[in-house]
Amino acid sequence: MTSAQHIWIVLGILFVLLNIAAGLIWVERRLLALFQDRLGPNRAGPLGILIVLADTLKLFFKEDWIPPFADRWVFILSPAIVVGAVLMSFVIIPFAPGIVVADLNIGLLFFLAMSSLAVYSIVLGGWASNNKYALLGALRGASQMIAYEVFMGLSLMGVVMMTGSMRMADIVNAQKEAWFILTQPLGAIIFFIAGIAETHRLPFDIPEAESELIAGYHAEYSGMKFGMFFIGEYLGITLISAMMVTVFFGGWLGPAFLPAWGWFFVKTFLFIGLFILLRASLPRPRYDQLIGYGWKLMLPLVLANLLITGAVLLLLKN
Amino acid sequence: MLSHIRTMWLVFLHLFRKKATIEYPEEKVKLHPRYKGRIVLTRDPDGGERCVGCYLCAVACPVDCIALQATEDEQGRRYPEFFRINFSRCIFCGYCEEACPTYAIQLIPDFEMAEYRRQDLVFEKEDLLINSQGKYPGYNYYKVAGMDAGVKAKGTGKNEDPPVDIHSLLP
Repeated sequence: MTSAQHIWIVLGILFVLLNIAAGLIWVERRLLALFQDRLGPNRAGPLGILIVLADTLKLFFKEDWIPPFADRWVFILSPAIVVGAVLMSFVIIPFAPGIVVADLNIGLLFFLAMSSLAVYSIVLGGWASNNKYALLGALRGASQMIAYEVFMGLSLMGVVMMTGSMRMADIVNAQKEAWFILTQPLGAIIFFIAGIAETHRLPFDIPEAESELIAGYHAEYSGMKFGMFFIGEYLGITLISAMMVTVFFGGWLGPAFLPAWGWFFVKTFLFIGLFILLRASLPRPRYDQLIGYGWKLMLPLVLANLLITGAVLLLLKN
Repeated sequence: MLSHIRTMWLVFLHLFRKKATIEYPEEKVKLHPRYKGRIVLTRDPDGGERCVGCYLCAVACPVDCIALQATEDEQGRRYPEFFRINFSRCIFCGYCEEACPTYAIQLIPDFEMAEYRRQDLVFEKEDLLINSQGKYPGYNYYKVAGMDAGVKAKGTGKNEDPPVDIHSLLP
């Protein structure tokens, strides 16, 4: 691949991702409305799709206020961290054979490292806001992160053991006979639960918790800084959906009537829909409940999964 | 865990339900006859104003949006000299309609009264008066009232005895 081609791929992926993240504003509002027997935004443009434009313009023209009591530079920096960290995690995702920014041999590890960096934006944003609700949100974000990161990483290790590689392309190619959802169902479910906690989506939006903490860590943010948190959250949904698809649901693999990237996007959008369904249906647990489940239920389950996977692999080898 | 999955499935089924939304400008909402919307002043069957300027509506109004000034014509019939309702204050509670002793002030099923200027929401008497008897057809206050205000002579009303000659000694 020439470097010009590579630059085009990088720009193309960036363009598509940012547009998906913006388009999800519309998708989420429409789907949530349908789940609640409403119609949702359907006025601006065909089916209301131009609500995306209206919302973005509104965010750009809102007063971008920095509280005088805030830690100014940290306050400005933290919305950029979440978008940056999530976009960096997309580097290793293969959208189709050859369409990937960097096919690293430590792909999964890179994803885990980068996606957990996003929690810095919550902690720093909440701390820099100098507001007690924001600080509580940041504290919750930090404690939640420690609880789910452990079993999130371990839930992927079963797949790594079966593939023998952390390279994403290898993981996808190893699913030609059977998707890993069939051989690693427990790992898939636990990774998805961890993914919800990772993106701070309902039901695990404990750092935000608008009914308890107003808006948690971004209570003091306005204008496009708030918009960056928003985009970061939607990028996070897309990231976790894309990871679910790549690692457990065969990535770009599928019958030939759709192109490889077509299969990838169809599967990803199914998972994005699942994220929105979760938001529409499940209530938020208490934060100590989530942490308790994480340490007392998910971690033993994941360890048992690893043990059984290892035992079966050894049995098959002999 | 199973109950969570059941919840998600039931919520998912709502995708295919009939939607509760009424797409308003294209599809109008059905308003019932007693819907409390715009306020009007009605007339009696003979076409005269029903309002007698008793100020009870203005007193009953919790947001003080009604202003009027009563006056009398040469036959002694009371009517409002001006009658002004500020609809930017009105909360459409209907207390004025309940207070009105002559069924003059009524709330009708119409809420489409948006304006671009606030001043356009102040309705004067000529905006409020309608050529209709509203919800109580056939009612004429001066036909049942004891006084003569040009509608009927004293003592000729419904359920009304002729006036007693107080100078006579006979019962």
